[in-house]
Amino acid sequence: MEDLLFELQLAMPQVILGVINGAFYALLSLGLAVIFGMLNVINFAHGAQFMMGAFVAWMLLAFLGIGYWPALILAPLIVGLVGVLMERLMISRLYKLDHLYGLLLTFGCALVIEGLFRNNFGSSGQRYTPPREFQALNLEIGDFFLPGYRVWVLIAATAVCLATWLVIEKTKIGSYLRAATERPQLVQAFGINVPLMMTLTYGAGVALAAFAGVLAAPIYSVHPAMGANFIITVFAVVVIGGMGSIAGSIVTGFLLGFLQGVTEVVYPPFSQTVVFVIMAIVLLTRPAGLFGRA
Amino acid sequence: MTMNRRTLLGAAATAPVWGALPFRSARAQAANTIRIGVLNDQSSLYRDISGPGSTQAVRLAIQESGITQAGINVEVVQADHQNRPDVGSTVARQWLDRDGVDVIVDVPTSSVALAVNTLVRERNKVFINSGAATSDLTGSACTPNTIHWTYDTYMLAKGTGGAMVAAGGRTWFFITADYAFGHALERDTTTFVNAAGGRVVGSVRTPFPGTTDFSSFLQQAQRSRAQVIGLANAGGDTINSIKQAGEFRITRGGTKLAGLLVFVTDVHSLGLETAQGLVLTETFYWDLNDRTRAFTQRLGQMPGNLRPSMVQAGCYSGVLHYLKAVRDMGVAAAKASGAEAVARMKAMPTSDDAFGEGTIRPDGRKIHPAYLFEVKTPQESRGAWDYYKLVSTIPANEAFRPINEGGCALVRS
Repeated sequence: MEDLLFELQLAMPQVILGVINGAFYALLSLGLAVIFGMLNVINFAHGAQFMMGAFVAWMLLAFLGIGYWPALILAPLIVGLVGVLMERLMISRLYKLDHLYGLLLTFGCALVIEGLFRNNFGSSGQRYTPPREFQALNLEIGDFFLPGYRVWVLIAATAVCLATWLVIEKTKIGSYLRAATERPQLVQAFGINVPLMMTLTYGAGVALAAFAGVLAAPIYSVHPAMGANFIITVFAVVVIGGMGSIAGSIVTGFLLGFLQGVTEVVYPPFSQTVVFVIMAIVLLTRPAGLFGRA
Repeated sequence: MTMNRRTLLGAAATAPVWGALPFRSARAQAANTIRIGVLNDQSSLYRDISGPGSTQAVRLAIQESGITQAGINVEVVQADHQNRPDVGSTVARQWLDRDGVDVIVDVPTSSVALAVNTLVRERNKVFINSGAATSDLTGSACTPNTIHWTYDTYMLAKGTGGAMVAAGGRTWFFITADYAFGHALERDTTTFVNAAGGRVVGSVRTPFPGTTDFSSFLQQAQRSRAQVIGLANAGGDTINSIKQAGEFRITRGGTKLAGLLVFVTDVHSLGLETAQGLVLTETFYWDLNDRTRAFTQRLGQMPGNLRPSMVQAGCYSGVLHYLKAVRDMGVAAAKASGAEAVARMKAMPTSDDAFGEGTIRPDGRKIHPAYLFEVKTPQESRGAWDYYKLVSTIPANEAFRPINEGGCALVRS
């Protein structure tokens, strides 16, 4: 028993790291949930938009000398604007059709975007160094060293997740949004510009992905496939949480990060698979997801 | 109106002839044309080490071989195998069966290389592999049609594994990509570590593909108190491992990182701040000597403004040597039998600016020296792409697996 406790104590740092990775899952799946909840579009371009966020941050620094803090605001705005254009020009034409069309369109967009970045910037990736001030947050407990930047990621991601949840669940705009999800015609009849709201929602969802991309830029190398590596796991998170459920996607994101952290200690080769095993179990027992409404 | 219709009809009647003419002349030329197919990763993690840069290197080889002046045509086609054996096999089959390709070049990713290896043998064409790592190509899977040009897992393991132990890194912990390539690299390196008197204290298998965060695995490695963390992975996995090792200050207690498969483009991507001190083995480095520098200059601007990798240099060197053999034996004979062409290549010593002087063994292994490099610190680097300092040279006759240990059937007979 004491041995087990000792082992657990040693494993704690790894579990903390897992939760921090969960913050990325939460941010990304939140964006997906917002988009799916409102537009009924399965946004397969989410990984590419995450990657664009990281690349825009890198380009701002490399070409214009604009640092991390402004990039944290600018990159989501720029990529969000690209999202708005995508929605207006392409995605808005598919609302009346089956989900599958939106999925195929966004998947195609993702391939095109990744291809363009690969042709221009190669496949090995660019480097992005975080500002030095994060070193003040460095944690050192015995053997365990936690870089300050990871602490910041946890704080920033949690704050943005909470803020998004508050906006959607507790504000007037959020209530319009939720109403428009349920009965778009009726809400439009009350004089609310539903198409505009949908465009802005897509833009906001994309901006969330780009924000996660900027957060990720200093941790991972900034390369065209960085989003593709994440997105499959993130889709599993969304399915487990319940498609379109805001709170569900946040909680599930952190939860699965935690579980992955534990698996990385107990049996590393299983650490990617664990998410999909849980997805299968959830689909069999609660097809609508942990937080979804059947 | 009738005139118009008649002209139209006339044009329609001659159309098949117009269509057939260039076709016929192409047929007539085909007998005097060597077709080279560059098959590699054009779209994901190995694009920068091979990709369009390999094709550029092949074109330089054709130009410098002087073969067109000798009245022989050479055509180059290229394709993306997406690192998938099924895709690679389909392209190779089409090239060999329908498009008259005589030699397939490059083919990184061991699983794809092994699939192409079999196809090329069945059709008696030539396979010059530069990009793949598996030493099986000159071992259990060796064929009279294949030459493995640039490097292999045995060479990497011996170069980096043996040298690190000699430099005092006696205890090892592996972070291994959980697939055939990673396992092979871990196994081979373990052999050399043990042989040199070192010891492996543990390893962790990381899911492949899909692992992006290596921090947990790195901390497990650190907790083992091993002196060396061996990275038995490649491409983006290696880059992320090294980057995060820097972030988590894994090396602050004197632990060394050994990259078992690191290319110069990876170091470029990481930057010297992060990659400094990393030890690795390559067979070509653009800044190694006057000849490699001259070769790099002649290549001109590479895709993505990168400098050539050893894989791309291998494509150049391999094609240059193949075309020498073609001139020597004649186009007709070279096209008729790939095995004969390869036999001719093995009979001639190799010489080029990228790898210097070398030979090709009966099992298809191209032999040249390997170099153990250490990545420079930012202070030591004097300019763009000044990344490596030479630690030691492993002579050509020691760099690769002894010919009788690979289990190649060509050797026994």
